Amino acid sequence: METIRIKDKEQKNAAKEAEKTIQPGATITGSQAVMEALIAEGVATIFGYPGGAIMPIYDALYDYTNRLEHILVRHEQGGIHAAQGFARTSGEVGVAFATSGPGATNLVTGLADAQIDSTPLVCITGQVFAHLLGTDAFQETDVINVTMPVTKWNYQVTDASEIPNTLAKAFYIARSGRPGPVLVDITKNAQIQQFEYPGYQRCHHVRSYRPKPIIRKEYITEAAKLINEAQKPFVIFGQGVILGQAENEFKTFIEKGNLPAAWTIMGESALPSDHPLGVGMLGMHGNYGPNVLTNECDVLIAVGMRFDDRVTGRLDKYAKQAKVIHLDIDPAEVDKNVKTTVPVWGDCKETLPLLTALIEKKDRAAWLQVFAAYAAEEDKECIQPEMHPKGDVMSMAEVMAALNELTNGDAVIVTDVGQHQMVACRYAKFTKSRSNVTSGGLGTMGFGLPAAIGAKYGAPDRTVVAIIGDGGFQMTLQELGTIMQFGAAVKILILNNEFLGMVRQWQQLFHDKRYSFVNITSPDFVMLAKSYGIEGQSIDQRAALKAALKTMLDHDGAYLLEVKVGKENNVFPMVPQGSSVAEIRLK
Amino acid sequence: MKQQYTITVYAEDQIGLLARITIIFSRRKINIDSLNTSSSEIPGIHRFNIVIDETEEVVKKLCKQIEKQVEVLKAYYNLNDEIIWQELALYKVPTSQVTEKMVVERVLREYGARVVSINSDYTVFECTGHREETDRLVKLFEEYGLIEFVRGGRVAIIKSSEGFHKKIKEFEAREPGEEVVENEYLSEQDKVFSM
Ligand SMILES: Cc1ncc(C[n+]2csc(CCOP(=O)(O)OP(=O)(O)O)c2C)c(N)n1
Ligand SMILES: [Mg+2]
Repeated sequence: METIRIKDKEQKNAAKEAEKTIQPGATITGSQAVMEALIAEGVATIFGYPGGAIMPIYDALYDYTNRLEHILVRHEQGGIHAAQGFARTSGEVGVAFATSGPGATNLVTGLADAQIDSTPLVCITGQVFAHLLGTDAFQETDVINVTMPVTKWNYQVTDASEIPNTLAKAFYIARSGRPGPVLVDITKNAQIQQFEYPGYQRCHHVRSYRPKPIIRKEYITEAAKLINEAQKPFVIFGQGVILGQAENEFKTFIEKGNLPAAWTIMGESALPSDHPLGVGMLGMHGNYGPNVLTNECDVLIAVGMRFDDRVTGRLDKYAKQAKVIHLDIDPAEVDKNVKTTVPVWGDCKETLPLLTALIEKKDRAAWLQVFAAYAAEEDKECIQPEMHPKGDVMSMAEVMAALNELTNGDAVIVTDVGQHQMVACRYAKFTKSRSNVTSGGLGTMGFGLPAAIGAKYGAPDRTVVAIIGDGGFQMTLQELGTIMQFGAAVKILILNNEFLGMVRQWQQLFHDKRYSFVNITSPDFVMLAKSYGIEGQSIDQRAALKAALKTMLDHDGAYLLEVKVGKENNVFPMVPQGSSVAEIRLK
Repeated sequence: MKQQYTITVYAEDQIGLLARITIIFSRRKINIDSLNTSSSEIPGIHRFNIVIDETEEVVKKLCKQIEKQVEVLKAYYNLNDEIIWQELALYKVPTSQVTEKMVVERVLREYGARVVSINSDYTVFECTGHREETDRLVKLFEEYGLIEFVRGGRVAIIKSSEGFHKKIKEFEAREPGEEVVENEYLSEQDKVFSM
């Protein structure tokens, strides 16, 4: 399918006329002020869906289509996940539009996902006229209160004059400190209202808001001392390294100290997969060594991560022997789940170099060897059998291995949620940061396809592969329509095991194989894709795998490849829920 | 060990902030015992007093979550002996009962109560004090046909606090103290970004 974006020519012409930035003092509508704000904030792409209460904003957008690309999604959940994918690959704030009522409530899952995964978003929702607020008007939902627990900040605008400042504040809050989703709800009267435009001033501080805690030098000194005295130091890192754009600072830090480092799924790709000090993934389906050795290290250095229970396993048996250093920008994370010995508050882009300066170069060959020994055991017991399964049925792991070979680790890997997600995160190779886009904290099925669309807009020059299960794909497959209309060249790789695999695995292991509603049927995915004008094929033979993957990657445009994999394969290693990380099972 | 803690929050006066703060408690299934919002010693800044029964560890985490809210400047927590606190209560009692039985004088003298309104049907008393004091009066009035009772939220002053003004002043200093740095924009009300 051709990748040229379909754009309405008339729209383009209309847009040209409104090319100029509006000058202060001009009389404009609230909706125009919204457009001016987006442009001033450097926004170029919006994911959205129109409706009654946001129509004035869409009307203003009509004149701005030269400068603002609007992607019409097929469902607001798709819109917000796309905005998330965009933010994750680009590092910029993702923007989504939705109308009031059902449009706005459809954003909730994405807001919750972005909130827990610290993704910077500004969502703009239309709202009924201010005089109708509280009257149960048509499509009136109290969006501010509904979204309060799932936004970093939200605000309802009822007067056009508030728009420039509110949006400036929204963008600032979304992207600063620990990023997060912000929602601005604008009543229809404010969108229509004319006011004297004061110009747009970007926001740089809000007096009650401290995005970055001050760095306490004494803690840096104490942390360095602990690291220098440690025999078995172990670094674990999360998305904070990526959000803080501190990949280089992080690498320098571990390299100077010769410190083994393991990532959470959110931190993955911050360090190239082949880095000699990268010892693997943490957590429930993470690698063997990093989990076991968390409970054997003497100093645990956590960088930009939040000790999710999927990482810690049973908390009262987590790293009890270790002194814990926690570097985090969010003071509320320190001591939240794991008691720290030394808290290093601050942006790790600033704290890591301070720490690096104070740590000593050490040879830690013996300690690194311990990780290597565990890795070898995992390789023998888990990885090799998965990569080379007996019999004809393919495993997810071998699909990932073949994909790595073809992409050389340069692709952006977007995943949905389930077994395929864990396998993808375990096996995918990365050479660049911001390459692993996954729903880590919320585990949102249906995230994959729309997030991949957004990821492609956020990184247009990169190959984006969406790895999705047969179950999750059916949650947001309507976004194939978005691909059809706007041409995002997303490579969709469905790993079909004919099951809600992850739930089935738990039922097998912990519920006596009582498979309760995990058997899921699927449509003909290839025909489905074709009906949207997207090329594709389905394979179930190993012999066809490499060629099929190559066809997918080489295809000019979006492509869907379904690979039929083993139905009842399990993901191992696994830390069973309620067990300590040291009790990780290899089979 | 669970104890009674009084949380004092300094925050911007903004619609919806109260909900943002209370959901921090309800999400964790923590009951708010008493809640009071008022203006503070600084114009434009609101002050909340929240009373809960919890362990210090939990209270500390709650305060961090509260401070994380964009519009919150600072959250302190204190035990009862670290604060001066009062709660105000009103009691409506049938006038016939209290005058007949000569309780009025006793109530005024022993309990330090005041009469705020009196008519032929009922009398309204006011008592300000600690929880035990206002509770004791409930007990007493129950014997005389207490019609209505209401108690206000706790208001508390932190004994050791020098208020928020000092922090504003300190901001002018070259090397502000830690707490001040955390609120470095406090005194720059005109220059800061607000709506
Ligand atoms: C929205 C949502 N609903 C339910 C779940 C629970 N859940 C987690 S994994 C999973 C199965 C996913 O099945 P599939 O997409 O086929 O992926 P697989 O595990 O088979 O690779 C389910 C139902 C979820 N994470 N998200
Ligand atoms: Mg499946």
